[in-house]
Amino acid sequence: MSWRRFFRRSSWDRDRAEELRSYLDIETDENIARGMSPDAARRAAHLKLGNTVRIREEIHRMNTIGPLETFGRDLRLALRGMRRRPGFTLAVVLTLALGIGANTAIFGVVDGVLIKPLPYPNAGELVSIKHAAPGFSVPDLPMSAAQYFTYREEGRAFQHLGMYGDGGTTITGIGEPEQARLLGVTYDVLQALGVRPQLGRLFTEADAKPGKGRFPPVVILTDAYWKRRFGGDPAVIGRRLIADSDPVEVIGVMPRGFRFLDMQPPAEVIALLAFDRSRLAIGGFGFSSLARLKPGMTVADANADIARMLPMWLSAWPTPPNSPGRHEYEKWKITPAVQPLKDEVVGGVADMLWILMATIGMVLLIACANVANLMLVRSESRRQEFAVRTALGARRGDIVREVLVESLALSLIGGALGVALAYAGLAMVVATAPASLPRVEDISLDPRAVAFALVVSLVSSMLFGALPALKQAAQHGTPLAGGARGASTSRERQRTRNALVVVQVALALVLLVGSGLMLRTSVALMRVQPGFTPGDVVQTARVWVPPPQVPDPERVTRLQQEILDKVAALPGVTAAAFASAVPMEGPLRVWTQPVYVDGQRDTPGTTPPLRRMKTVSPGYFSAIGTRMIAGRDITWSDVYGHAKVVLVSENFARELWGSPAAALGQRVRDSAPASGEGWREIVGVVQDVHEDALFQAAPAFVYWPTMMENFGGTKLFTMRAVNLVIRSNTAGGESLLNGVRSAVSSVNSSMPVFLVRTMKDLYDQSMARTSFALVMLGIAAAMALALGVIGIYGVIAYLVTQRSREIGIRLALGAAPTQLKRMFVRQGLVLTACGAGVGLVTAVAVTQWMSSLLFGVERLDPPTYAAVLGVLVMAAAMASYVPARRAAAIDPVETLKSE
Amino acid sequence: MPKRESPMQSEMLQGTLDMLVLRTLVIGPAHGHTIAHTIERGSEAVLQIEHGSLYPALHRLENRGWIVSFWGTSDNNRKAKYYRLTPTGRKQLAAQTTRWEEIVRAIGRILNPSTE
Repeated sequence: MSWRRFFRRSSWDRDRAEELRSYLDIETDENIARGMSPDAARRAAHLKLGNTVRIREEIHRMNTIGPLETFGRDLRLALRGMRRRPGFTLAVVLTLALGIGANTAIFGVVDGVLIKPLPYPNAGELVSIKHAAPGFSVPDLPMSAAQYFTYREEGRAFQHLGMYGDGGTTITGIGEPEQARLLGVTYDVLQALGVRPQLGRLFTEADAKPGKGRFPPVVILTDAYWKRRFGGDPAVIGRRLIADSDPVEVIGVMPRGFRFLDMQPPAEVIALLAFDRSRLAIGGFGFSSLARLKPGMTVADANADIARMLPMWLSAWPTPPNSPGRHEYEKWKITPAVQPLKDEVVGGVADMLWILMATIGMVLLIACANVANLMLVRSESRRQEFAVRTALGARRGDIVREVLVESLALSLIGGALGVALAYAGLAMVVATAPASLPRVEDISLDPRAVAFALVVSLVSSMLFGALPALKQAAQHGTPLAGGARGASTSRERQRTRNALVVVQVALALVLLVGSGLMLRTSVALMRVQPGFTPGDVVQTARVWVPPPQVPDPERVTRLQQEILDKVAALPGVTAAAFASAVPMEGPLRVWTQPVYVDGQRDTPGTTPPLRRMKTVSPGYFSAIGTRMIAGRDITWSDVYGHAKVVLVSENFARELWGSPAAALGQRVRDSAPASGEGWREIVGVVQDVHEDALFQAAPAFVYWPTMMENFGGTKLFTMRAVNLVIRSNTAGGESLLNGVRSAVSSVNSSMPVFLVRTMKDLYDQSMARTSFALVMLGIAAAMALALGVIGIYGVIAYLVTQRSREIGIRLALGAAPTQLKRMFVRQGLVLTACGAGVGLVTAVAVTQWMSSLLFGVERLDPPTYAAVLGVLVMAAAMASYVPARRAAAIDPVETLKSE
Repeated sequence: MPKRESPMQSEMLQGTLDMLVLRTLVIGPAHGHTIAHTIERGSEAVLQIEHGSLYPALHRLENRGWIVSFWGTSDNNRKAKYYRLTPTGRKQLAAQTTRWEEIVRAIGRILNPSTE
C-alpha cells in the first residue's frame, strides 16, 4: 500500500468501474451471440460477474491507510459538528485564539531577547569579564588597562580578550562637522566577536600603537554610517577623515546587520583603543571587557583563570603617588565575575519577561479551563447520541477518539487564528516596548514562534479535550433511556465543572493582584518628587568643546557662557544653564569620587566614601526646576573669580551635619587634605534629585562649579562636555532647536549639538519599564477576569437548564422567585469564594517573583488584595445573577409539560 | 475500521488465483473477460470462479508490479483493459509454479504413499 495509491484512489475507482462495465458489455455480446435476448444476456452477464459494488469496495479497501482514513472521517465529522453549532465553535476558537495568540507573541519576545544566541558565530563562547569588589562601594568594578594586559598575556582560558568603551567624536573632512557615535575597542574585540568586515580589514595588533591623537589613526565604519555619509562608495577604504582634529584613515566597513552588543544608539565609527604599556598604572577602572573562551572552557574555568591572575596584576603594575596604594586595592576584595555575554546584554529584563510569560501562560490555562467546560457541556448534550451509537456497535475507543479529534481540530483552528493575532500583537509589543528592552531587533514571529504556537495548540487540546473524552469513556454503558434524569452521574460531572471554575477564579485573582500591584507601583512612582521639572518645558542638548580648537580652560567656560547668553535671548526661553549631566541620562554619566569633609577624622591611608558629583553652571537648578533649600546658588563671578564654593544636596547635608542650614559654611574637597589647597565652602543646599531612576533613592550629591582651580589634579579644571538646560514653553520644537544650533555655531562653527531631548523624554524612559509591565499585566488580568466571569456564568447557566424541572416543581409548590435567584447566586459566590481562597494562597506565593518590579508598595499590600477580592466578588455575583434571573422566570407549567 | 480477512484458507486461495492469472498471461496480453473464461475453460469448468473476484486479484497483481495494464479494444470492438506480464511477474510465476508443484507432490505423497 502506498501513499501515491491512497491519494489516487478515486481515479483508480473510475478506472475499475469502467473495466467492469467493459466485462459486462463483452459478456453480454457473447451471450447475445449464443442466442439470448438482450435483456436476458445482460442479466446473465451480471450474474456471472457478481456484485460490482462489492468488488470495487474490496479494491478500494486495498488502497486504504487505516488510521489515516478513520482520522479523516473523524475530522470530517468534527468539522460538520462545528458548522452545526456556530456559537459554540466561535466561543471555543476565539478563546483559544486569544490565549494562544498572546502566548505566541510573548514567546516571540522572550525568544528574541532571552533565548536566541547573540548574532555572532559560536556566541556561546562569548563572555563578559567583570569584577566584584565587595570592599569598594561600586557594584561592578570595570576593567583597567593594566588588567587587560595581564589577562591577555597570562590568561589560559581565552582565545581573544578585549576591552571597549563608547563615546562621541566629531568627524570633519566630509561636509558638515558631525558628532558620530563612537565605539572604542582594543584590536582583539572584533576578532573575539568573530565578525568579518564587508570591505577592507579589521584592526590588527600592529595597528595598536598609541599615536599623537586620541586614537591610533585607523577607523572602521559601520554599514549604516558608510551608506549615510559615503553613499555606500567602496572607494571609502583609504580615505582620510578628521576625528577630533586628528587625521584618521578608513580601513574597513562592518557588514550590514552588525550590531555591537546592544549599544544604543548604535555605533557609527569604530576606533582603536591603544595603550602605552610602559606608562600604565595599576588602576583606572573605566572599560568594559569581553572575551571568547577557548573551545571546551566554561565560565567557571574563566573565573578560576582570572582569580589566578588577579594577584599577578596586583603585584606587577606601578601605583602612582596620588592614588590608593596596593594594600588599598587588596581591601577592595576584588573577585572575578565572568558571565555569558548574553546575560550582560540582556541585563535586568529577564525577570520582567519571564513574569510576562508566566502571566500569559496563566491566561492560556484559564482559557483551556473554559474550553474544557464548554466541551464537557457539549459532550453531555451528546450523551444520547453517543448512547445510540454505542448501541449500534460503535466501540468506546471510536467515541473517545472522535472527541479528541474534535478538540484537536478546534485548537488547531484556534492556533492558526492565534498566530495571526500574535503577528499583530508582536508589532504592538515592539512598538510599545521600553527603550531599555535590549535586542528589540531580534524579535520576530519566526518559525520557532509558529512551532511554539503549534505545540501550545496541541498541548491545550490535550488539556481541554482529554477531560471530556475520559469522562465519556468512563460513562460507557450509559443506558439508552434516562436522558436528563440521570441526576447522580450529572452531579459528579458538575463537580468537575466546579473544579474548573475554581481554578479559573484562582488564576484570575493571581493576575488581578499582579496588575493591581503594578498599578499601585506606577501611582507611587508618579507621586515621587523627581527633584526636577519632568515636563516638556525643559530642553536639553549636549555640546562639547574640543581641546585642540580651544585649549585654554577659561576660554572654554567663556565660550559656553556666550552660548547660554545667545540661547537665553531666543524667544520663549526663560532660563538657560548647563551641567556636566542631567538627571536620568543613564549609567554613562555617573561620576563618583571620594569626597573629603573638613572636620571628619580620616584614618591615614584610607579614602573617604565615594560620592556622586557633577559640575554645574550658575542658574542650573532654577532652569531644571530643583529648589534651593538653604543658602544661595553659585554666580558667574564665583566661577571667574575662582571662588572656593560648592553646593550639596539636602540628603548629603543631613547625613553629615543633621540639617541643610548646618551645612552652610562647612568645607569639602576632592583630593586628600595633604595635597595643599583645595577646600571649598558649602554656600548652598539644594533639593534631592532622583538622578538615576524614580524607583531608585535620590543619591547624595556634590555640585562643583563648572570651572575650578586645583581640582581633579589639574591647575585649572573646566568641564568641556556639558548638557545645556533650556527652560522654554517651546521646548521640543524645531524652532527652538534651530535657534540653539545657530547660537552654538555662531560661537564656534565646528561644534556639534547632539543628544537633543526634553526632560519629559528622559522621565518617560525611566517610567517605561513599569508602564510596559503595567500595560501587559493589565491586559492579561482583564482577559483573565473576563474568562473567569464567562466560566462562572457558564456553570450557573448550565445548572439552571439542568435543574429547570426541579425549579418548576419548587415554583409550583410555592417557592418565591427571589429565593430561587438567591440560591443560584449563592452557588456562584461559593465557587468564587473557593477560587479566591486558592488564588490568595497562590498570589502570596507567586508575587515574590515580581518584587523586583514593585516600588512603594508591599507585595502583600492589603488594599490591593481587598480591591481585587471586591472586584472579583462583584463580577461573580453579576455573572451568576443573569442565569439566576432566568431560573426565577421559569414557567412551571411549561417545564413540567416538556418533561 | 474494517477487519482484514486473514484466515489461511483465503490467503491460499488468493495465491492460487494469482498464479492462475499469471499463467493465463504467459501466452500474451489479455483483458479481464478473456482471463476469466480462459481459467474456467482451462480447468474444464472445475474451477467455477465468480468472475468478479478476478478483478481484486488483478488489482493486487498490478500493485505488486507483476502485471501492467493498458486500455485497448476487444475482438468485438468493445473498449477493454488489457493486462500484460512484467519480467518480475514472469519470475514470480516460475517461483510460484515450482512451489505449487512441490506442495502438490508433498500432498500427493501423503495421500498416496504407495505410488512412489
